[in-house]
Amino acid sequence: MIHPIPPGTRDVLPDEMRELRRLERALIEVFEARGYGEVATPAMEYDEVLARGDGRGAGSTYRFFDESGELLALRSEMTVPIARLVASRFAGTQEPPYRLCYLASAYRAVRPQRGQMREMVHAGVELIGASPEEGTVEVIEVLEAALDAAGLERAVIGLGDADLYRQLLEELGVEGETRDAVLASLATHDLVGLEEELSAAGIGSERVQTCVALTQLRGGSEVLDEARGLGGASVETAISRLSETYAELERRGAADRVQIDLGLLRDLGYYSGAILEVYDPALGHILGGGGRYDGLMERFGIDLSAAGFALYLERVHTAQMEESRR
Amino acid sequence: MSGFADSRARSDGPLKIAVPRGALFGETLDVLDGAGIDTAELRGDSRSLIFEASGVILVTMRPSDVPTYVESGAADVGITGKDVLLEQADRVVYELLDLGFGRCRMVLAAQTGDDRLAEAQRRLGMLRIATKYPRIAERYFESTGRQVELVEVKGSVELAPLVGLGDGIVDLVATGRTLEENELEVREEIVECTARFVANRVSHKLRATEIDELTAKLREASR
Repeated sequence: MIHPIPPGTRDVLPDEMRELRRLERALIEVFEARGYGEVATPAMEYDEVLARGDGRGAGSTYRFFDESGELLALRSEMTVPIARLVASRFAGTQEPPYRLCYLASAYRAVRPQRGQMREMVHAGVELIGASPEEGTVEVIEVLEAALDAAGLERAVIGLGDADLYRQLLEELGVEGETRDAVLASLATHDLVGLEEELSAAGIGSERVQTCVALTQLRGGSEVLDEARGLGGASVETAISRLSETYAELERRGAADRVQIDLGLLRDLGYYSGAILEVYDPALGHILGGGGRYDGLMERFGIDLSAAGFALYLERVHTAQMEESRR
Repeated sequence: MSGFADSRARSDGPLKIAVPRGALFGETLDVLDGAGIDTAELRGDSRSLIFEASGVILVTMRPSDVPTYVESGAADVGITGKDVLLEQADRVVYELLDLGFGRCRMVLAAQTGDDRLAEAQRRLGMLRIATKYPRIAERYFESTGRQVELVEVKGSVELAPLVGLGDGIVDLVATGRTLEENELEVREEIVECTARFVANRVSHKLRATEIDELTAKLREASR
């Protein structure tokens, strides 16, 4: 007798569970060893709290009323709940920086007939209140240690800058609806659309080509020189910030698996400065992501810079299996 | 965050290129030849679907399957029509290049000289449109403020208005001959479509040099 469960959810049976638990333990051990204490937050929060994270309201998909009529929502990621936790529990009682880690289910909308999961486990860290320069580097180092612990030696971390295009478009005078359309093209990496949108906005063809070329720059430190050659004040701002981070990573011998990527654009509204994505050659999808979100804590009443990342546990597990079959 | 479909595909080994069979096939092979990839084997009458040539693997498939293979990473890059990409806008693939060939128009067409479309709009407040492209059609009518009931068909959509399945059709038109033969005419042009070169997002990051080189060669070859 089959008793169905909702599409996009699943049961985990012992063989898989054993492997998932082993992976979870390995990750938490790495986080704890580097001073990140594990926390848990409720799976459901007030909708208004979760909505503070993402200005576009794309936060949570599952909303419902409790018995007293309050609007609740299931979390779609852990960064916003942890921002709330830090503001509520630590501010005034404990000195920053705060180093926290988590292993938690997050809930997302799925598109029908696509085999996507509504519920997935995120494993990650948040570093709140460290200086931006040191914070980014530390978070990348923790991420590298986590990938090592998961046995994903070939995994690559993409490092980009979330402010680059926002500032570049401002510099080019692209505003309003056109700006949104251009950012949408950038986010989906539709280069044909990007070229059309920018040309339609009256940007000269040389600058349009510069913009398109910029999105294609990814690789080692040579990318930074190439980007500098493309000029512009906003490019310079982003590049000097990326250079500093990359130089520091090199100094610590942690730059080998980092790929600078000026085409990177995360779709969560709260990122600022450095952004990260994680790839493995064995898998066609990203394994996780993160970055800086220096403006987020302010929305919870404390002005602290912050950075973090989340790995998608099930995908890391899939990549582990693929790598072991090579 | 998008694209959480489960995927087991690898991006190791030779670069895998998704090649569309059908209307775009010939010109796709031409442009691949121009980019230095030998496609002689694909031009033969082999029933194989996968070919190895010039250090890459060419995987042939229906154009509408290209985004599926590329999104999952089963193919690193691919070529397909903009009509397919628009219809499957939720597939996460990077659109790198407009190859210029396979030019055709997505149009709203109705029976020649017939005013059913206008009458349905005026008297019923609602158009009944048959199409193979329900998502493109839905977006188009929504953006032009018209209410519409879409009837999705898989085969010859020109048939629909002739037998009363819909007041008009939304379909792809290259020369317009099929429309003419079925006594249909173009009423509105929705969007122009050409062949596009697309890439898997992880392959685009991890196989940057290969993909950039191929993109540059294809850009040259498609001029």
